[in-house]
Amino acid sequence: MQAERRLESPAAVWSRYGAIIVLAGICLLPIWVMVGTSFKNEVLIFDGRPVWFFFVPTLDNYEYILTRGKFDRYLVNSIIVGTASTFFTLFFGGLCAYALARTEFRARRFVANATLLVRMVPPAVLAVPAFAMVTMFSLKNDLAVLTFFYTALNLPFAIWLLFGFYKQIPMEIEEAAIVDGATAWQVFYRVLLPLMKSGYAVAGIFAFRIAWNEFILALLLTGRSTRTLPVGAAGFITDTGVEWGRIMAMGTLIAIPPLVFTFFAARQIISGMTAGAVKG
Amino acid sequence: MAETATGRIPGHPRPRPRPRFDSRALTPYWFILPAVAVMAAGLVYPVLDALYLSFFNWKIATPFSKAEHVGLANYVRMLADPDVRESLWVTIRFGFWTITIEMVLGVALALMLEKPIRGASVFRTIFILPLMVSPVVVGLIWRYLFDARVGWINYYLGLWFGIEPQVWLGVPDLAFFAIVLTDIWQWTPFIFIIVIAGLQALPSEVLEASRIDGANWWQQTFLVKLPMIRSILIIALLMRLIDVFRALEVMYIMTGGGPGRATELLSLHIYNRAFDAQLLGYASAIAVLLIVIVFGLSAAILAHGNPMNEKTDV
Repeated sequence: MQAERRLESPAAVWSRYGAIIVLAGICLLPIWVMVGTSFKNEVLIFDGRPVWFFFVPTLDNYEYILTRGKFDRYLVNSIIVGTASTFFTLFFGGLCAYALARTEFRARRFVANATLLVRMVPPAVLAVPAFAMVTMFSLKNDLAVLTFFYTALNLPFAIWLLFGFYKQIPMEIEEAAIVDGATAWQVFYRVLLPLMKSGYAVAGIFAFRIAWNEFILALLLTGRSTRTLPVGAAGFITDTGVEWGRIMAMGTLIAIPPLVFTFFAARQIISGMTAGAVKG
Repeated sequence: MAETATGRIPGHPRPRPRPRFDSRALTPYWFILPAVAVMAAGLVYPVLDALYLSFFNWKIATPFSKAEHVGLANYVRMLADPDVRESLWVTIRFGFWTITIEMVLGVALALMLEKPIRGASVFRTIFILPLMVSPVVVGLIWRYLFDARVGWINYYLGLWFGIEPQVWLGVPDLAFFAIVLTDIWQWTPFIFIIVIAGLQALPSEVLEASRIDGANWWQQTFLVKLPMIRSILIIALLMRLIDVFRALEVMYIMTGGGPGRATELLSLHIYNRAFDAQLLGYASAIAVLLIVIVFGLSAAILAHGNPMNEKTDV
């Protein structure tokens, strides 16, 4: 047993790497299918025989999407809703997490538990009331509504995450600032915020990703001119016939920001994902 | 709370009374106000509104003032509704298969791969990709793979096993299998990532001790490691369970809930009832059922402890 631990046989090492590579392949394969298909022409796609790598790539699908559809409109909408809701989530969530992590007040326990509870509210439950609200006040062409709901959906998780980050900052740093005569606001803004950069970065990635990817509320709460990218992509199915090349091109474009985040901040994203279950 | 005033310097004015908000007890409330207000208006109010709407018979595109107050009729109808029951049953079966397979696979893979390896960060990055991609995009990709005419799955099943092409998303059992497989692809990495984080955080002394005591691999895994990460496993399981009741986007794209109601999870059922059948009040009653289920499960998580409840001072 001990020997096995200290010095693994080459066969064991190889089989472990083999398993990991197979798994990575399984994760990547469907994503590659999407990217690959987006560069294929219709003949190749409807031929029915999968071609993995060696085909003559075409940009026709992208050209169609970028010029004929309303891609630019959807893109702008997605960016507006994504950045605005991320901003409000971080701003409001940061203040709330700070208070929860650093002060004791009567409603603290209640707010902490309620935050965890409302995090679980299913989007399907929001659908009808949100739709009723939007139709009643005819807000269907207002991105503010979507921004508002994404902020609400994102706040619980952001508060939870930022709470953990605030906890990691030693109290002495703030106490030193207070002794030096800083006000509560100055302590928060001048002392803590700079130390919280990575925490806000992680929470921001999660918040933006949710807003960028969300579909069902966007479908209900947007009109012709306020659609976001996922709604636009789903629209390609209901059109006459399913145009796989164009759908996959759209899917690829939607997937780019989350994939870029993943490549640059995988470690932080994983720490955020495990924060709920693994302490520390 | 460390409230003792320490280190008074003689001859100096008394330092400001320890502020830390005690002197301004309202300050924390100003800090939490914006977030609490948004969550109350955007999450709590809709839940209450759904409860209120569930007592009405309200059709889409008619003003609410014309809606008829029907008391508990929607709930009575719901309890007797075979479609609701079927959708609930689909959700339970879906949850059972996906979560069982994801937990077993995720834990097995984590145990197999917990030892540090070269290039771990690259592999970890790849493993979380399925989690980062939009559910709509996931649905689109798998709808293509399962497509009866041009899908890759039919092609390779035919090539390798000589299986005739199937209309995957058009036959109830096959469609159910398809959404289960898609979910397993997307969420097994989540379990894997959480479990591996838990395993790597285990104190090495304990494992060392059990090894010295002569525990073999099986004993070490099932009597030491897994019991030690039990609470992680339970929370991961509960989080997945809640997700099953929240899920609808992937199925909406892949099958729309069909054929029949074979893939119509409860969330999707509510959506379809509200916006397909256009029965907003009735859909709200089912939404209340859903929220009761989800809050019940969430209470189970809370019972495991909310880290935000820890005492504020370290």
